[in-house]
Amino acid sequence: MSFKRTNLLLNIVNMLIALLFITPLLWMVVSSLKPENQIFADLSSIKSLIPINLTFDNYIDAFNRIPMMKYLSNSLFYVSIISISGLVVNSICGYALAKLEFKGKDVTLTVIIALLIVPFESILMPLYFIVNSLHWVDTWLAMIVPFVANCFSIFMFRQFFMDIPNEILESASIDGSTAMRSFASIVVPLSGPVFATVFILDFISHWGDFMWPILVTTGESMRNVQLGIQTFFTLPPIYYGQIMATLTFTTIPIIILFLFLQKYYVQGITSSGIKG
Amino acid sequence: MEATRVVQPKSETVSLGRQKRRERLVGYSFITPATLLLLLFLILPFVLAISFGFTKFNLLRPDKIQFIGLENYKTLFQDSLFYKSLWNTLYFTAIVVPVQCTVALILALLINNKLKLRNIYRIAYFSPVVTSMTVISILWISLYNPNEGLINSALNFLGISNQPFLRSASQAMNSIIFMSVWQAAGYQMMIFLAGLQGIPKDLYEASAIDGANKFKQLRYITIPSLYNVIVFVVTITTIQAVKLFIQPYIMTNGGPENSTRTLALLIYQQGFQFRNAGYASAISVVFFVLVVLISFSIKRFFKDR
Repeated sequence: MSFKRTNLLLNIVNMLIALLFITPLLWMVVSSLKPENQIFADLSSIKSLIPINLTFDNYIDAFNRIPMMKYLSNSLFYVSIISISGLVVNSICGYALAKLEFKGKDVTLTVIIALLIVPFESILMPLYFIVNSLHWVDTWLAMIVPFVANCFSIFMFRQFFMDIPNEILESASIDGSTAMRSFASIVVPLSGPVFATVFILDFISHWGDFMWPILVTTGESMRNVQLGIQTFFTLPPIYYGQIMATLTFTTIPIIILFLFLQKYYVQGITSSGIKG
Repeated sequence: MEATRVVQPKSETVSLGRQKRRERLVGYSFITPATLLLLLFLILPFVLAISFGFTKFNLLRPDKIQFIGLENYKTLFQDSLFYKSLWNTLYFTAIVVPVQCTVALILALLINNKLKLRNIYRIAYFSPVVTSMTVISILWISLYNPNEGLINSALNFLGISNQPFLRSASQAMNSIIFMSVWQAAGYQMMIFLAGLQGIPKDLYEASAIDGANKFKQLRYITIPSLYNVIVFVVTITTIQAVKLFIQPYIMTNGGPENSTRTLALLIYQQGFQFRNAGYASAISVVFFVLVVLISFSIKRFFKDR
């Protein structure tokens, strides 16, 4: 009896807080599907969270005013390249630090862990200076290359590879297969989860890129979604419905990715906490 | 038989030596791409940031660079805007860290059970985390609208008059704090939840037999068992909080009356809007020292207990 009552109470508390948590996002999605005047008419009642008079006009009108599809494909393009090439570069580095013997290994590992603390904001200025000296401003190189190697990813890979038993790897080197091939044919197939985790952590973090693209992209041709919606937000005339449409549209790819890789994303967050 | 037995170990050491050398080569080739990239795009910028701090130059005219010694730091420590930004950054951190970690722990405790709808609640609490900060900031500008915003409508419903939120120097930072806690608490909740699930169940069962109530269990079992997780969560939340940038950049541009100007925003504005690359680098160095100091004091603080 008391157990049931506790559960009921827990459910009620959870439901209230959950409602509070999703209200902003719910309002965003619902408003994106409503005519502009309806949004304001409904504002002071619960109707503001219920889709009435559904319409896609906001999406159509917003897409006529700015090239949202272009921004979306820009983001998908460069974020995918960072994340995928990051998998290659960081995984082999993490593997060497976990399983191979060479001089300077401990120093390398220590430096990589120490670098985790350097905030991006504190190197922003000189990083721009370097990228500018390389004449990379307004090219994809500026958006991608500085972010491929990632200390946190290397660390995650290393932690995972440490747990792979040495016997499996030794049998491979006796077979005489080259190191790269044995890495690809033995280690990678065993390590699906860590690859998925690093990929989604990297993807979601770069999907939100904002500070850096402001600096290295000047025109519209390379603008990413985050800059795109921010520009649209400051572009009169301001219609809430259209703004909410662009916000919702920007969030959809991440929601889809999250639904597919949810397990690995959560694992990434939590394993860093338990191990680190 | 005897002969081969003698020979074999010898040939084995030879091939072992060769294998070791090979392994070393492979090791270097595997770490080369990542270390080269880190050298060029993380370590070099870091060294440059320190050197630029002693110079005066326009970012776009690096040929006209001037060495000015400690001049930037002298200016910095007399710049009232720097102190204001430092204060704002510390204020944001000092409020967000305890509030967000507590909210996250409460959320984790609320769903660390066998409720059927547990996963739905979890996704609800986590959904703001996957949404990008840019989207969140723009969305909340609309929610915080002083005349026709959802939050003011809700307040009116409760009999409270319209609040200016982001338009007021006294409310802007707190409004950003409220939003930031809402956005990120789900992240820390996930870490706490994993920690909670690692606590052995029999600890609770034994204490229940001893007559401990839920609050006593929380105080004497849950919190002590989560100690390392709490240290970790506090550390990452703090480092995240000190970097506050996107929210004030989009929502207030540091205003009103510099009430939301943070160190990260100051670096950005000095460097890229006013093009004082040297001065901005000096602020970056101070910012880095601050991050390191804070991380170490958290470590110290928890070690002493």
